Amino acid sequence: MTSEAMDCVGATGGAKVAAMKILVIEDDLEAAAYLVKAFREAGIVADHASDGEAGLFMGLENSYDVMVIDRMLPRRDGLSVIAELRRKSVHTPVLILSALGQVDDRVTGLRAGGDDYLPKPYAFSELLARVEVLGRRKGAPEQDMVYRVGDLELDRLSHTVRRGGKELLLQPREFRLLEYLMKNAGQVVTRTMLLEHVWDYHFDPQTNVIDVHISRLRGKIEKPGSPALLKTIRGAGYMIKDGD
Amino acid sequence: MARFRLLFLSTAVRLSALFILIFALAAGALVLYVTAMSERLLIAEIRESLNQEVAAVQRAYERGGIGQLARVMDIRARQPGANLYIIAGPAGDMLAGNVASVAPGLFDKEGWTAEPFPYRRYQEENAKHPPRVAIARVVFLDNGMRILVGRDLAEPGALRFLVRRAIFVTVGAMGLGALLLWLFIGRNALKRIDRISDASKKIMAGDLAQRLPVSGSGDEFDRLSLSLNEMLERIGKLSEGLRQVSDNIAHDLKTPLTRLKNRATEALAAEEPDARRQSLEGILTEADQIIRTFDALLMISRVEAGSQAATLSDLDLSAIAADCVELYEPVAEEAGFRLDARIAPGIGIKGNRELIGQTLANLIDNAIKYADGDATERLIRVSLAPDGEGVALSVADHGRGIPEDRRADVLKRFVRLDESRTKPGTGLGLSLAEAVMELHGGAIALSHTDASDKEHPGLTVTLRFRG
Repeated sequence: MTSEAMDCVGATGGAKVAAMKILVIEDDLEAAAYLVKAFREAGIVADHASDGEAGLFMGLENSYDVMVIDRMLPRRDGLSVIAELRRKSVHTPVLILSALGQVDDRVTGLRAGGDDYLPKPYAFSELLARVEVLGRRKGAPEQDMVYRVGDLELDRLSHTVRRGGKELLLQPREFRLLEYLMKNAGQVVTRTMLLEHVWDYHFDPQTNVIDVHISRLRGKIEKPGSPALLKTIRGAGYMIKDGD
Repeated sequence: MARFRLLFLSTAVRLSALFILIFALAAGALVLYVTAMSERLLIAEIRESLNQEVAAVQRAYERGGIGQLARVMDIRARQPGANLYIIAGPAGDMLAGNVASVAPGLFDKEGWTAEPFPYRRYQEENAKHPPRVAIARVVFLDNGMRILVGRDLAEPGALRFLVRRAIFVTVGAMGLGALLLWLFIGRNALKRIDRISDASKKIMAGDLAQRLPVSGSGDEFDRLSLSLNEMLERIGKLSEGLRQVSDNIAHDLKTPLTRLKNRATEALAAEEPDARRQSLEGILTEADQIIRTFDALLMISRVEAGSQAATLSDLDLSAIAADCVELYEPVAEEAGFRLDARIAPGIGIKGNRELIGQTLANLIDNAIKYADGDATERLIRVSLAPDGEGVALSVADHGRGIPEDRRADVLKRFVRLDESRTKPGTGLGLSLAEAVMELHGGAIALSHTDASDKEHPGLTVTLRFRG
C-alpha cells in the first residue's frame, strides 16, 4: 500500500469522467462516510448500504458501474451478496474489501464472483484506481489488437512497440508492463496493480521494485523532444496518457 | 488426619488393602485346615498306641491274673511321661492308678471315651490348677473289674496352641508389614504426587521455568513427569516466543505509533502549509510501516497455523525463482549489485506460489539492503538445484554475514541485527521464511557464503524443499 492517500484524489481528471455511479456496502459507518465523500471528490457518485440485505436490495434495484462490498457484513455476508447478485444475473464488477488479506481469502473471494480484492487497510488511492479500472471495464479495449497513446503504438499480435513509427525493443516483461498500462490508458494504475497483473504476485513488494521497472521502461519509450507519455501520479501510481 | 484420609483415598492403598485382606483370609483358612488335619492325625496315632497298651495289659492279666496286671500297670504308671492307668472296681470306684480324680461315670461303658474328659493328677488336686484333658479306652475284665488306659491330650492341645499362635503372629506380622508397606508406598506415591501438583501449581502461577521432579528411577511417575516436562518445554518455548513478540510489538509498534503521534501534533501546530503537508506525509509513512508490520505478523501466524496447507499445488519452482530474479534485477542493479541467477530448469515442487515468491523476494530484498555498502564483491547469487532428495533454493551475498551464534536469533520475530534500525524493515522477513518453509515441510538454513573471507563472509540463506 502506498502512502499519501488523499493526495491523488481527482488525479485521473474527474472532470473528464462521465459520472460513474457506484454502490458501497460497508457496515463501518465512519469508513463508509469517508469513502462516499472521497469518491464524490473524485467525481464518482457513491450510494451506501450498511448491511448485506440492504446492499443486495439496492444492487438489484439500481444500476451501478461498480460495487464495493465489504466481506464481513451484518445480516448477509459479503460473499453471499455477490453470489445472489450473480444468480440474479447482475454482472456489475465487484471489488471485495476485506480485513482478511491472505492468499487463500483472495482466491475464495474471487471464486465467489468478485472481480478484484483489496485487503484492509488500504490507501484510498489504491481503491479509487481499482474502482476506476473496474468501472471502465465495459468499454475496455479488450479486443483491440493495437493500443495507441499519442504516437506510441503497441501491437498485441506481433508483440511490437513503435514510437513515432520507429520500433522499440522491449523485454517480454517490459512489453507486458506497457501493455497493461496502455490497456488502462488515461487511468491511474497503482504499483500493487502492476505487480498483480504483470507479475501475478499479490504481496507488498516493499521496496521500489516496480518504480525501477517503470523507469527502465520509460528509458525505452520516452524520447527527448517528444512529449512524455508515462506519467508518475504522486502518491498513487502511474498513468500513460497523451497530453496532461 | 487429613493426610491419612487422603492416603486411604489413594487407589494404590485401597488396592493393596483389599489384596492383603484376601491374602490373610486365604492364609488363615489354610492354617486352620492344616492344624485340624494334623490334630486328627495325632489323635489317631494316640489311639493306635493306646490300643497297643490295652492289648499288653490284657495279655498280662490273662497270663498272671489281677496281680500280674496290677504289677505291670504299676511299672508303666511310674515311668516318666506315663499314660493314664486306672484299675477300678465293678462299681466304678478307683482301686489303683496314677490319677487322682476323673470325671464321674467314666467307667460305665466299655470302649473309647466319647469325648476328651477332664482329670486331675496327684499333687494337682487343688482348684487353682486347671484340670487336664485326656482320651482313654475302658476295658471290662471277666471278674467285673475295669481298667482304663488313657493319654493326656496336652500334646495335641499344645500343637494346636502353637499353630494358632503361629497363625496370629504371622497374620499379625503380615498385617503390620502390609500397613508399613502401605504407609511407605502409599505415602511415597502420595508425596510424589504432591510434589508434582506443587510444581504444577507453581507453573500455573506463571513460573514456566519450573519443572516437575524426576527421581531418576525411570518408573511410571518419572515417565509421566518427563513427558509433562517435555510438554512444558514446548509451551515455555511458545510462550517465550509470545512474550518476545509482545515485547517486540511494544517496541516495534509503539515506536512508530509514538512517531505518528508526534507528527500529528506537529501537523496540528504547523503554520506553513508545506510543513503541515510534510508532517501529514510522515504520518502516512509511519502508518504504512505499522500496517506492514501487522500484515507480516498476521501472515506469519496464519502460515504457522497451516491454514494455507490446502492451497499447495504443483509449481514450477524454477519459473518462480526466475520471475523473482527478473523482478528484483533492476533494483539490484540500481543499488550496484549484480544479481546472478543459477537456476536449474524444470524443478517442480508442491507449494504455494505466492508464499514462496514472497519469501524469495524478501531474501533478495534483504541481500540488497544488508549487503549494501561494504560488499567486497557486489554480487548476489540466486541458485536453485537438486539437493540430495529435495531441492535447495538459495540466496547468497557477500556482505558482513551473520555470526554463527546469532543465526538462530535472526529467525525470531522482530529480531534485527541492525540494532539502530536505520534500514527499513519489519524484522519479520526471516520469521516468515521459516514459517513458510515449515508449511512446505522444508527447512531454512543460514551459512557463510565464503567462510575464508573474514571481513565479508557473506550470508547464504538456503531454503530446502522436499523433492
